Amino acid sequence: MLRFVVRRLLLLVPILLGLSILVFLWIRLLPGSPAQALLGERATPQLIKQIRHEYHLDRPLYEQYWGYLTTIAHGDFGVSISSRRSVAWEFGQRFPATVELALAAMIFAIALGIPLGFLAAKRYGGWFDQVSLVGSLLGISIPIFFLGLVLKWIFAVKLGWLPSIGREDVLATRPHPTNLYVLDAIIRGDGGALWDAIKHLILPAVALGSIPLAIVARITRAAVLDVQNDDYVRTARAKGLAPRIVDTRHVLRNALLPVSTIIGLQTGLLLSGAILTETVFDWPGIGTWLEAAIFNRDYPVIQGGLLFVAVVFVLVNLLVDVSYAVINPRIRVS
Amino acid sequence: MKKGRLLVLAAALAGCALLAVSAASAGGSHRSVSDTLVFGTAADPVILDGPLVSDGESLRPINQIFEGLVGLKPGTTQVVPLLATSWQANKTGLQWTFKLRQGVLFQDGTPFNAAAVCFNFNRWYNFPGPLQNQGVSYYWNTVFGDFAHPAQGNPGPGQGLYKGCKPVGKYTVILSLNRPSSSFLGALSLTNFGMASPTALVKYKADAGTVDNNGVFHPAGTFGTQHPIGTGPYMLQSWTVGDKLVLVRNPHYWGTPAKLARIIFKPISDNAARLQALQTGEIQGYDLVDPADVPTIQKTSSLKLLSRPAFNIGYVGINQSYKPFDNVLVREALAYGLDRKSVVDSFYAGRGQVADQFLPTSLVGYATKGVPQYPYDPAKAKQLLQQAGLTLPVPVDFWYPTNVSRPYMPNPQQNAEAFGASLNNSGFKVTFHSAPWRPDYLSSVQAGKAEVFLLGWTGDFGDPADFLNIHFGAQGTEFGFNNPSLFSLLTKADEEPNLEKRAALYQQASVEVMKFLPVVPYVHSSPALAFQKNVDGYQPSPVSLEPFSTVYFGK
Repeated sequence: MLRFVVRRLLLLVPILLGLSILVFLWIRLLPGSPAQALLGERATPQLIKQIRHEYHLDRPLYEQYWGYLTTIAHGDFGVSISSRRSVAWEFGQRFPATVELALAAMIFAIALGIPLGFLAAKRYGGWFDQVSLVGSLLGISIPIFFLGLVLKWIFAVKLGWLPSIGREDVLATRPHPTNLYVLDAIIRGDGGALWDAIKHLILPAVALGSIPLAIVARITRAAVLDVQNDDYVRTARAKGLAPRIVDTRHVLRNALLPVSTIIGLQTGLLLSGAILTETVFDWPGIGTWLEAAIFNRDYPVIQGGLLFVAVVFVLVNLLVDVSYAVINPRIRVS
Repeated sequence: MKKGRLLVLAAALAGCALLAVSAASAGGSHRSVSDTLVFGTAADPVILDGPLVSDGESLRPINQIFEGLVGLKPGTTQVVPLLATSWQANKTGLQWTFKLRQGVLFQDGTPFNAAAVCFNFNRWYNFPGPLQNQGVSYYWNTVFGDFAHPAQGNPGPGQGLYKGCKPVGKYTVILSLNRPSSSFLGALSLTNFGMASPTALVKYKADAGTVDNNGVFHPAGTFGTQHPIGTGPYMLQSWTVGDKLVLVRNPHYWGTPAKLARIIFKPISDNAARLQALQTGEIQGYDLVDPADVPTIQKTSSLKLLSRPAFNIGYVGINQSYKPFDNVLVREALAYGLDRKSVVDSFYAGRGQVADQFLPTSLVGYATKGVPQYPYDPAKAKQLLQQAGLTLPVPVDFWYPTNVSRPYMPNPQQNAEAFGASLNNSGFKVTFHSAPWRPDYLSSVQAGKAEVFLLGWTGDFGDPADFLNIHFGAQGTEFGFNNPSLFSLLTKADEEPNLEKRAALYQQASVEVMKFLPVVPYVHSSPALAFQKNVDGYQPSPVSLEPFSTVYFGK
């Protein structure tokens, strides 16, 4: 197992190297320059030339890339051109927000998706199955920003039940040592802060979780249908085991293997930042950060941010692979 | 199965309970806190140090914390006393004597006096190399230009406007210039030139830092992030990047104290999200209202709209390096061929007025007589083209930007298409050429690649030089003309210290520009701000910098 993990971690080096070259070339192929983006109407050709020179953008590409590689090798991811703050610091500020939102969305998707998929399979062909099929189709096909706007309009604007933006009440003055607001509230034992953080999470988590919910429900349904006719399930039933025990120990546990793959992949995706959801709910995470950086041609943020995201994505996938072994001991043997 | 049903029932009950609890706490979102105003902004500030920024979102809080020698009369561009009570230029216009307000303290208790003023001017003039970058100290570069120790390529002593600052006694300073300029007084009202506490600048190392491999300046101190200290009615309490910036009332303010105890600036990048946050009461105001949202706000009884006085110009630019646009008859034909009134009436949601000259109406130098008028007249346009010896239709390459909405052109494509149709009726044959605003469009226009193009400008400060001299004061690639008599008229107007004579010179320049037609101005628009109905005392400023100290909650 240890060898497997180490091998996967070593694989990270060529992946990141390749990615850094791709990202580096891609952003330089985009037309325009940071100076143009920064100053708009006030950017004169002389000024653009001066800024290009100061940011070393007038040097040959290989020279720029080598300079970039040597600085990140020293752990320096540079400074944002538009905010003048360290890229690593900004990532540290924003990543917890994305983690909190992604986890909440996945909890919503799993908590609803697995029971829904399981029940749909058990009632295969019935009205519940049909309704859940239509529901999942809707979940996958409704654009997230539209769902987000509708949810906000109903629950925030019309009913006033939930807030429409941000991570906590704007008037609150609470310390956030971990920047995970729910965790911070739990550590402090502050019930009001906990409820405030959860209240702000509900709408964005529901909007963001709608696609994973639909996928998890469909995959669970298919897996349960597949497994429940296997020999060992029939044997278990023939032995006279209680249906609940057959379902939980034999059907669900085996059906969860493909579901866990999907959950892992979806979590990895959500952790890369959900630009639309974060924008609609003004959620200060990685998605809005990278979007603004691309818009502003903020090269250090795009380069550094994407590398961080790639590391997170690869690590989450590694965790998923490791978790197979826990769920299904047969993988450990093989 | 019974257990399964129980589980479903329990989940449903939990959901209902959740909604019930959130309904019970609904007061949290629809609130009205009488001592705090939450204002939605489009982005975070960069840094709270005036001379080092040029973006509006940084200048907004800086404007509440810092004050300059002169300010603007609320709602206008008229220069009025602020930290200086009076001023006088000598006969040559090279020395300006400022009498300072007495008994003023910086927020850290440091006294404000002549030494503090010169400390600030010396700081700007002595900026180290990285801070001389135009992208960093844009307004010092634009207004004064020179540095004591210039980095490569920058103007040195004597090569810009600034010469020196000398304290005379405790409450008088003399600012010396290298050439006469009257626009610098208006420029001093810029938030960028606010006075900062010398003690804090040193203690919190405002100018210390290093430059990385990308050439970006890393500030080592905390002046601009945690300890921005000026003399203004509000002081910084906290700034959580990406979340909020909190200002609290300065209890020792020398003037009328701020009416509200706290102002919170909440960055919300999405326009629709800002509107919904206003509707829910999470914020009490925001600016940069999307014209498409204006009807929604007008229909909502709990909200109201305010307008900033028009301080911008939307124009059709002409590059005279392209023939036949070097011929003034062709440019006049173009002016007659643009149906400016119908564009302004159709696409500005009632917030635009047709421009007959480049300067906004509120600005000194706006000409009230002698301005040539170019009403939409296709027959006249065709006649002028024939007079110029051209065969009709005359081809025009007409550029407009995409992916952008500016106060002076909410929807450039609509403007371009309408102008194209009216030009096609007037003896021209329009070929459209579009490009994304950032970064292709602006760089193409500035590099002189566009023959005829849509563009505009929003003023930085209340001086005609910020409009006319910047655009037409020297030869440039954008408009491709060389008109020495116009250049010298604008230089003369900028240097004239007598305000009346200066106004007359700018009026003359305004008329000359409309005769020469380097551009065809077509609109001045009034950007909208949205507020909760009970927010009072907010006075919109033409230069977009409003004091929050006068704002309060009415009934």
